Amino acid sequence: MEQTELHETRVTPYQLFLTFSWITLSGFGGIMFWARRRLVERERWLTEQQFVELLTLGQLLPGPPGLNLTVMVGYRFGGWTGAAAAVGGFVGWPCLVVIGMGILYQHYGALAQVQRALAGMSIVAAGLLFATFVKVAKVLPRRSRPWLFVMLAFVGVGVLRWPLFWVVGALAPWALFAAWKEKV
Amino acid sequence: MDRVDLSALFLHSLVLWFVAVGGPSTILPDFHRYVVEAHQLMTSTEFAELYTLAQAAPGPNFMYVTLIGWHLAGWAGAATMTIPVLVPATTLSLLVGHMNERYPNAPIGRAIRRGMAPIAIGLTFASATILMRAVNHDWRGYLLTLVTVVLVLRTSWNPLWLLAAGALAGVLGLV
Repeated sequence: MEQTELHETRVTPYQLFLTFSWITLSGFGGIMFWARRRLVERERWLTEQQFVELLTLGQLLPGPPGLNLTVMVGYRFGGWTGAAAAVGGFVGWPCLVVIGMGILYQHYGALAQVQRALAGMSIVAAGLLFATFVKVAKVLPRRSRPWLFVMLAFVGVGVLRWPLFWVVGALAPWALFAAWKEKV
Repeated sequence: MDRVDLSALFLHSLVLWFVAVGGPSTILPDFHRYVVEAHQLMTSTEFAELYTLAQAAPGPNFMYVTLIGWHLAGWAGAATMTIPVLVPATTLSLLVGHMNERYPNAPIGRAIRRGMAPIAIGLTFASATILMRAVNHDWRGYLLTLVTVVLVLRTSWNPLWLLAAGALAGVLGLV
């Protein structure tokens, strides 16, 4: 991928803060869909390929994948302060909202309604995640090997429900070896 | 109930987050074991209620730890549970992000980004499937998931409306 063009894009920490505030506050039932929509489609800071690369690194690193993505995007476009601003927006608001909901819950209860609303919302959130999959999968080359790894990862984690750590651990050496050889 | 030992809780969750490859759901059982079973800081029901409440809030899906911390010890508790989440991301991810920017064409970096991408994409598909099967009870739910996918891919509607419609449908008992 051409990485050089990226460094022409310089984003202020304030913009990063606002962008990640928007992503996180839209993120009912998961943030990946909203991160892709904003970073790739709206701001056009990242190409689809670059988003997939950061998503990949974010999933492989320990900790929440969305937070890892936030740190890497913030750092790429705004250095240390950019990373701090992005994380502040990404984590700050949800902390306040979730504690606010905790306070309301202590006073009013109503968990049954929350549960039902959450169930309905999650059904839509699953659809958003499928749509994200369809869009990011377009960057894969139209050859069988990458798709074999997509299928193996999906079957291992999604169908057989094996622990993600072991599925990724078992597939990673083969995937890395194949990608390494391909380049030469 | 034990008195809440915040420094022990902080260290425990710090260790957990450093091994939490694959997201917050992988360490949920460990938090449950620590908070409910080992230290009896809250009941299993309270734990489940707080988890549900946090999932209904916007934001990344690790916010349940913040709410659990707040429930245990107010703002200090919320900070005790939230800061450990940030540590791996702000150390390892920042380091990886830095190397990635500094050496964009390093062969090992390329191999990881290119070779592992199909696995990450497969995992996204797996997450969507797991979520769909966990929340859908009958054909109406599956239909709503399918309609969402089609609308998102084919129209430029703001999906927040879809989420709101889903929440409403849930409250009314339609899905």
